[in-house]
Amino acid sequence: MRFGDHGGRYVPEPLIPACEAVAEAFADAWADPGFRAELDTLLRQHAGRPTTLTPAANLSADLGLRVTLKREDLAHTGSHKINNVLGQALLARRMGKPRIIAETGAGQHGVATATAAALLGLDATVFMGQKDVERQSLNVFRMRLLGAEVVPVHAGSRTLKDATSEAMRHWVAHTEDTYYCVGSVIGPHPYPTMVREFQSVIGIEARGQGGIPDYVVACVGGGSNAAGTFSAFLDTDATLIGVEADGGAALTKGAPGVLHGFRGYILQDAHGQVVEAHSISAGLDYPGTGPEHGHWRDSGRARYVSVTDDEVLAATTHLARTEGILPALESAHAIAWVMRAARTGELPRGASVLITLSGRGDKDVPTLMGAHQ
Amino acid sequence: MIFTRDHKQLLPYVTGDITDDWTDIVAAYADAGADAVEVGLPFSDPTLDGPTIQEASFVALSRGATADAIISDVAGAPVPLVASTYYQLVAYAGPERFCARLSRSGFRGLIVPDLPLEESAHLEAVAADAGVDLVLLAAPVTPAARLAEIARRSRGFIYAVSLMGTTGERDTLAPGAAALARALSTRTDLPVLLGFGIATPEQAVDAARGADGIVVGAALMRRVLDGVQPAAVGAFVASLRRALDSGVAADGEVPRDRR
Ligand SMILES: Cc1ncc(COP(=O)(O)O)c(C=O)c1O
Repeated sequence: MRFGDHGGRYVPEPLIPACEAVAEAFADAWADPGFRAELDTLLRQHAGRPTTLTPAANLSADLGLRVTLKREDLAHTGSHKINNVLGQALLARRMGKPRIIAETGAGQHGVATATAAALLGLDATVFMGQKDVERQSLNVFRMRLLGAEVVPVHAGSRTLKDATSEAMRHWVAHTEDTYYCVGSVIGPHPYPTMVREFQSVIGIEARGQGGIPDYVVACVGGGSNAAGTFSAFLDTDATLIGVEADGGAALTKGAPGVLHGFRGYILQDAHGQVVEAHSISAGLDYPGTGPEHGHWRDSGRARYVSVTDDEVLAATTHLARTEGILPALESAHAIAWVMRAARTGELPRGASVLITLSGRGDKDVPTLMGAHQ
Repeated sequence: MIFTRDHKQLLPYVTGDITDDWTDIVAAYADAGADAVEVGLPFSDPTLDGPTIQEASFVALSRGATADAIISDVAGAPVPLVASTYYQLVAYAGPERFCARLSRSGFRGLIVPDLPLEESAHLEAVAADAGVDLVLLAAPVTPAARLAEIARRSRGFIYAVSLMGTTGERDTLAPGAAALARALSTRTDLPVLLGFGIATPEQAVDAARGADGIVVGAALMRRVLDGVQPAAVGAFVASLRRALDSGVAADGEVPRDRR
């Protein structure tokens, strides 16, 4: 249940049986070759896995590095979120739950949830902060097209943090028929472990395709694409770098705290209240980070850094123009840090760098249009 | 002991610092015959609270409310006090410092809704050392063995969550409430108080039939948010008191327009 000092299950008593049921069902399913085979099939036939590993020749020449991109942007629905959601939706069905709920920030997890629900014949309700409903309107429409109900959340900062709180509130009242499909390596036990396992396909594939690089770099919101990537390289000499948004840098600027069922690094004010994150990318606008990242930070196994919105915008355009790939603003955080570190010499010339490109940028085009005016 | 079992217990709730005169609300509850008062320390992300207490928390935090100030503002209140808050605020202060502060201001109990048995051992010990009762929650879905463990480890009283859901007014008392209170009562000598959704004298009487007392929160905070003055909110608490004492919900509340 714990990763060092982090993790745990800080949920109210009414949610304990539901969390226990998920933990048992996951342990059982993950040990069941039939479940694994069904998930593998869905990942191949529906989600388009394995995603390719692209040698970024132009970017590499430009930066004096050997950069490869793990192309989660090419996974069905446009991001890594589908890996986790297919696993959890299968689990929900196995548990006999006809309905799944989810929180979403950028809308990628919501779209993935709506997609998996449509595929597996489940009802889906997605909670989304009102601010994100406005800035990610394309994804809101996509979710509704797929048959999901989208519930705008007006409380608090009206972003991912409040959508998560609202999903938990809803779950308390509907545990009997509803499965909560958490979108990142956050939440009460077993979610951080389970979501990492479902995302570990990213790292396992990348290692099989490209071997062990000198550096592994991924963006960190809640931390699922990073955890899924890192988990396959923990036993290697690769340096693991998680890149946060400057305005949501819980691992570099936050402190240990308890939010949404887990203990981890969280942005908080001088009185312990959780502070709102601010990032141009809705998917990184979360003031907490998964407990296992807290553990990797404390143990030194991974390093965490942050980049500014301006660096992210520059990196987005740069990748588009050098490689013909428009990254999600979230993913561009990883690119931005590699560009900076190549410039400062923190990344030595000739180093091999695996970057997880967690998603594609189509959803961010309106934001980019605004930023470029 | 915060509560006795010789009459039905009444624990009204107030969000600390919800208004300038919030300590007058505490005093009004005491005058109205509250056996103790639950003082909520507002948290930015109250995941077990419905819209009313979310708004109350938001209003208080927007006014600059802090746990420290609330705890000291209410020191010496003419009624036993029970604090309630989410674990983040306890962890942030440090359980030792937090409980010492509560104890210094005369708080007798502490409720932390997001701290289940798996996580509560440390705070149980620290609170006990500080002379503060850590009150544990039980829910309608809590299995029998776990109810027994909660009954064994809770201090002061047991907070029986009447329904599966968040805080907030409901039209009727939840159907599982009486069964939960009974299941707990057979396992403990501690008073069992039912809370969540209890909003009217009728529901108070209903709930108290199977339990030792009740907790009322959102029904009060809705009035405060609507601008009802402390004395009038106190009058509503008095109506709950009379209903509990007589076992019938005889007289209604003070009409909402008489402020
Ligand atoms: C493309 C993309 N990358 C990254 C994230 C951040 O999530 P995580 O840190 O869990 O990978 C999101 C979240 O919405 C996303 O849409």
